[in-house]
Amino acid sequence: MKKVRWRESKKIRSILWNTIVYIILCSFGVLVLLPFFWMISSSFKTDAEIFVFPPKWIPSKIMWQNYPQALTSFPFLRSLRNTLIITIGVLIGQLLTASMTAFAFARLRFRLREPLFILVLSTMMIPYQVTLIPTYILFKTLNWVDTFLPLIVPAYFGGGAFFIFLLRQFFMTIPIELDDAAKIDGCTTWRIYWNIILPLAKPALATVAIFSFYGSWNDFLGPLIYLNSPEKHTLSIALQYYRLGMTFGPTRTWAHLMVASLVVMLPCIILFFFTQRYFIQGVVITGLKE
Amino acid sequence: MNSISQLRRKEELTAYLFLLPWIIGFVVFTAGPIIASIYLSLTSYDLFSSPKFVGLSNFKEMFFKDKLFWHSLKVTTIYSVVSVPLHIAIGYTLALLLNQRIKGLAWFRTIYYMPAVVSGVSVAILFQWIFNPELGLVNAILSKFGIQGPRWFASVQWALPTFIIMSLWSVGGGIVIYLAGFQGIPTELYESAELDGAGGLEKLRYITIPLTTPVIFLQLIMGIIGSFQVFTQAYVITAGGPANATLFYVLYLYQNGWQFFRMGYASALAWVLFAIIVTLTLVIFRTSGRWVYYAGMPR
Repeated sequence: MKKVRWRESKKIRSILWNTIVYIILCSFGVLVLLPFFWMISSSFKTDAEIFVFPPKWIPSKIMWQNYPQALTSFPFLRSLRNTLIITIGVLIGQLLTASMTAFAFARLRFRLREPLFILVLSTMMIPYQVTLIPTYILFKTLNWVDTFLPLIVPAYFGGGAFFIFLLRQFFMTIPIELDDAAKIDGCTTWRIYWNIILPLAKPALATVAIFSFYGSWNDFLGPLIYLNSPEKHTLSIALQYYRLGMTFGPTRTWAHLMVASLVVMLPCIILFFFTQRYFIQGVVITGLKE
Repeated sequence: MNSISQLRRKEELTAYLFLLPWIIGFVVFTAGPIIASIYLSLTSYDLFSSPKFVGLSNFKEMFFKDKLFWHSLKVTTIYSVVSVPLHIAIGYTLALLLNQRIKGLAWFRTIYYMPAVVSGVSVAILFQWIFNPELGLVNAILSKFGIQGPRWFASVQWALPTFIIMSLWSVGGGIVIYLAGFQGIPTELYESAELDGAGGLEKLRYITIPLTTPVIFLQLIMGIIGSFQVFTQAYVITAGGPANATLFYVLYLYQNGWQFFRMGYASALAWVLFAIIVTLTLVIFRTSGRWVYYAGMPR
């Protein structure tokens, strides 16, 4: 009798505990989602309703026209094109040269392998601000300021220590017997890299591609320093200028600004929904986030 | 024998060919700039006339005259000291709750992670709107409870705390990492603890937390490094104001370089930042022996 009651109270306790857990998790979920909803709600409001306090969640009149209005006053297509050129240019460079570097560290034997790999890792420690100024001066002397080159070209020289590390860790998990068998069949090292390792490493390459995309898409300081003329502006710089236009420029209301911000954010969110598992994989391989 | 050493030499050569892009990149974009930056930090350079060697006077100015340097260091340190532990504590707690064989784990994880993938200018603008003193969402909710909200980003007192609150929105970025850490704990440990009569709290205290200290340790280091490099949000939302209340270190560095054209001074600021990050990392590493547990290491 006593034992049954003890078991029942244990059951009640576990139900109670589960309820508390769900309440906490759901409320945090709501907190995370609220800014997104607020953004969407604001983007559909009329000028007048933006200034209503306390604000309404659902606008009394859905202003669809905010979207075409904002997207014509905000140089959307031009800055999208610029952002895509940089993003894709960087992505190809990072995939190619980070995987080459990682391949050498993971699959080839050479005398300086350990010290050089430590060197790669230690470059992660150096804050980018240290190299920022001399690199800027270098590109300025090359007359590359106000072109996309300073943002794209460095990606073709190793692709960044983080990606080298991530790919190397993944390459290490591929059985070395594959390389040996290929060598016996007369494969060159280049063919082993291109036809064996890269196809097998597709998941890790996808992770690198996605992180690289986010890096370029959201980058602000790089384009801010290097791209001066409005025709060269990326989405994030154009958005910043659009925001400054609130006082004397093409931005009419907060609703327009929310439309523009939403449009810049949306590709990141959509991509995330389709590629989630690669994020988690990146974390599992390296134990680091971006 | 000879052919083997020939093969070896060939492999060695191929390896360096594969490394060639990185080696060039390292020399041109890392090592070269580092050396140049050391030199520049000892000069006065405005980008237009050639750099003038001034010895240590940039550093002297920074440490003994420049109040804004100390101020920006203070702002950044407060931000770091408050936001990094909060991120770890909240992220770790949420990860623990998610680890309770929860239904809908994938949903929660997705939602929590979302803010980590949207960053930069659009998020800064969104939060500027949310924390708008007159029309923003936060003050609207507060007024429902009869609270007159502060002026957030526009208030000298509140601007920095508002940045900290805003940063907590993306706390979910770490959750995936903690969850991966929990997966790495052998289940036998929990089973034998249960046999010994350990309850949930004991398991947490004696198994889960100790075995995930390496993950926490890594998050602590990455968090501190990241917090000392805050730039975009501050540049977009407050530009360092009001009254320099949010003059983050990197923002001050940017102002010196690209607004006051003091490239030499900005280089010196960059080196001090580097020294701070290295020192903090070393200090954390030093103390880590006391609280970080590595499986298979003698204690």
